[in-house]
Amino acid sequence: MSLYRRRPQIFFLLPALFVLALVMFYPLIYVLWLSFHRRFLIFNVSEFIGFGNYVFLFLQDERFWNALYNTLYFTVTSVFLELVFGLAIAVLLSREFRGRGGVLSILLIPWVIPAVVSAKIWEWIYNPDFGILNFILKININWLGDPFWALNAAVLVDVWKATPFVVLLLIAGFQTIPNDLFKAAKVDGASSWHIFWCITLPLLKPTILVVLVFRTLDAFRVFDTIYVLTAGGPANTTETLSIYTYKLLFHILQFGYGSSVAVVIFVFTGIVTVFYMWLLSRG
Amino acid sequence: MQKVQFRFYLFLVFVITFFAGPFLWQVITSLKPASELATLPPVLPSNPTFENYASVFKERPFLRVVLNSFIVATSTAFLSIGIGSLAAFALAKLEMKGKSVVLLLVLSASMFPSISIVAPLFVLLRALHLRDTLFALIFTYTVFALPFTIWVLTGFFKSIPNEVYLASRVDGCTVFQSFYRIVLPLSAPGLFSTAILVFIFSWNEFLFALVFTATVASRTAPVEIALFPGIHEVPWGEMAAASVVVTIPVVVLVFLFRQRIMEGIIMGAIKG
Repeated sequence: MSLYRRRPQIFFLLPALFVLALVMFYPLIYVLWLSFHRRFLIFNVSEFIGFGNYVFLFLQDERFWNALYNTLYFTVTSVFLELVFGLAIAVLLSREFRGRGGVLSILLIPWVIPAVVSAKIWEWIYNPDFGILNFILKININWLGDPFWALNAAVLVDVWKATPFVVLLLIAGFQTIPNDLFKAAKVDGASSWHIFWCITLPLLKPTILVVLVFRTLDAFRVFDTIYVLTAGGPANTTETLSIYTYKLLFHILQFGYGSSVAVVIFVFTGIVTVFYMWLLSRG
Repeated sequence: MQKVQFRFYLFLVFVITFFAGPFLWQVITSLKPASELATLPPVLPSNPTFENYASVFKERPFLRVVLNSFIVATSTAFLSIGIGSLAAFALAKLEMKGKSVVLLLVLSASMFPSISIVAPLFVLLRALHLRDTLFALIFTYTVFALPFTIWVLTGFFKSIPNEVYLASRVDGCTVFQSFYRIVLPLSAPGLFSTAILVFIFSWNEFLFALVFTATVASRTAPVEIALFPGIHEVPWGEMAAASVVVTIPVVVLVFLFRQRIMEGIIMGAIKG
C-alpha cells in the first residue's frame, strides 16, 4: 500500500506491461529459440541445429526467395498505387460540396469490412465464368488462375481496401496546411499543378511518410486477402512470406523451420520501421 | 469553369463506383436465386429472394459463429479499454522516469507481425488447454489491440488540461479517484472512438482465429466464411449472403459514427 502511495504509476502500468510481455515479448523469444531447432509438431522431434535453418533458408530455399520476391512486388506496387490514387482522391475531397460526408462514409466501408469478406467479394468479381469483370470488359481472363494476373489481381483488391485509409490521413494532413498559402499562390498566378507540386506536396511530406509506414508494414505482412483469393497459387506465384510461413507451420508442421521464416519477417518489419522512424526524425 | 466542374463530378462518380460497386454487387448476388447465379445477363435478379439468407442461418451454424464474433469483439473492446486506459493515464498524467522507454516499447509492440508469433502462441495455448476457446481469442486480441489503445488514449488524456487533474488532487481525490471520476468521464468521446476501432479490429481478425479455433464452439465469422464448404460447387449465393451479414454491423457503425471512427484512425496514425 505504501508503494502505491509513493509510486502509483507502477500499478497503472503493470497490467498492460504484464500482458504485453506475456503475449508478445515472451513468444518473440520463444520463436527465436524455435528457429534454432529442427522440430516437427507431430513426431515429438526436437533437436538443436544452431543456424542450420537460416543457412538453408538463404542458400537453398528457392521457395523462400520466390515468396520474398512476391511480397516485395505486392508491397511496392500496392503501396505506390494507393499513394498516387489516394492523393488524387484527397485533393478531390478537400473541397466542400454537398454530400461530402456521404462520400467519406462510402469510402470508409472497404477499409472497415473484414479482409476475408473483401477477398470473397473480389473472388466472385474475378470469377472466369460468371464474374462481372469479364462480363463488363467483354473478355475471358482467368484472373486468379493465370500466373501473370493473379498477383496483380491481389494488388487491386488491396488498393480497393486500403486507399480509403490513405485518403483519410491525407485529408487530415491537408487541414494542417494554412489556407492563406493557397490563396497567396493563386494571387501570384500559380497554376493548380504548380500549387500541388510546390506547396501541397512538400507540406504534406510528414503525413505521406506516416502513410508509407503503415501501408508498407501492412502490405508486407499481407495474409488474409491472399489466403482467401488464391492461397498462394497458381504455382506459388502469389505465395507471400506470410502465406509460406503459415503453410510451413500448420500444413507441413515444421515448427522449427517455419519459425525461422517468421523471424526473418519480424526482422524485415523492424528494419522498415527503424528506417522510416529515422526519416521522420530528420524532419 | 464549367469544364472543371464536369471533370470534378466525373472523377467523383468514378471514385464512388469503384469503392461502393464491389460491395453492392455482393448485395445483388446475395438476392439472386441459385438459377440466376450462373448467368450474366441479367445483372439484376429478376425476382429477388432471401433464400440464400435463410439457408445460411438454417443449414449452417452461422448464427453461432456470428454470436461468437460478437462476444469476442465486445469483450476485447471492454478489456483493452480497461487495461489500456490505466496505462495511458499513467503516461499522460503521472510523473515518472523512463516514460519514453515505455512509449517506445508500446510503439514497437504495435509493429509486431502476428504471423511471427502465431507459432509460439499456438504451442502455449495448446499446453494450457485453451485451444478452441473464446477466451484464447479475447485474450490475444486484447493484447494486440493494447498498443493502439494506449497510444490513442494517451493522446486523448493529454488533451485534458493538467490543471483539471491537479485541481482534483488538491480537492482530495486519490490518484485512482481522479482517474475514474475526472479523467475517464471527460474523455468519454475518445474512449468511445477507441472502443469502436478495437471492436472492428476484433470483428475482422482472421489469422489467429484460423489457427486457434477448431470447431464452431469458438469459430468466428471470418473463419467460417473463408472455410465455407461446398461439396460439389462453391455456394456463391450463400457466401454472398454470409458476407453481407458480417459486413452489416461495421457498415452501420460507419454510418452512425463516421466522425468518431475517422478521429480514432487519425489519432492512432498521425500522433505516431
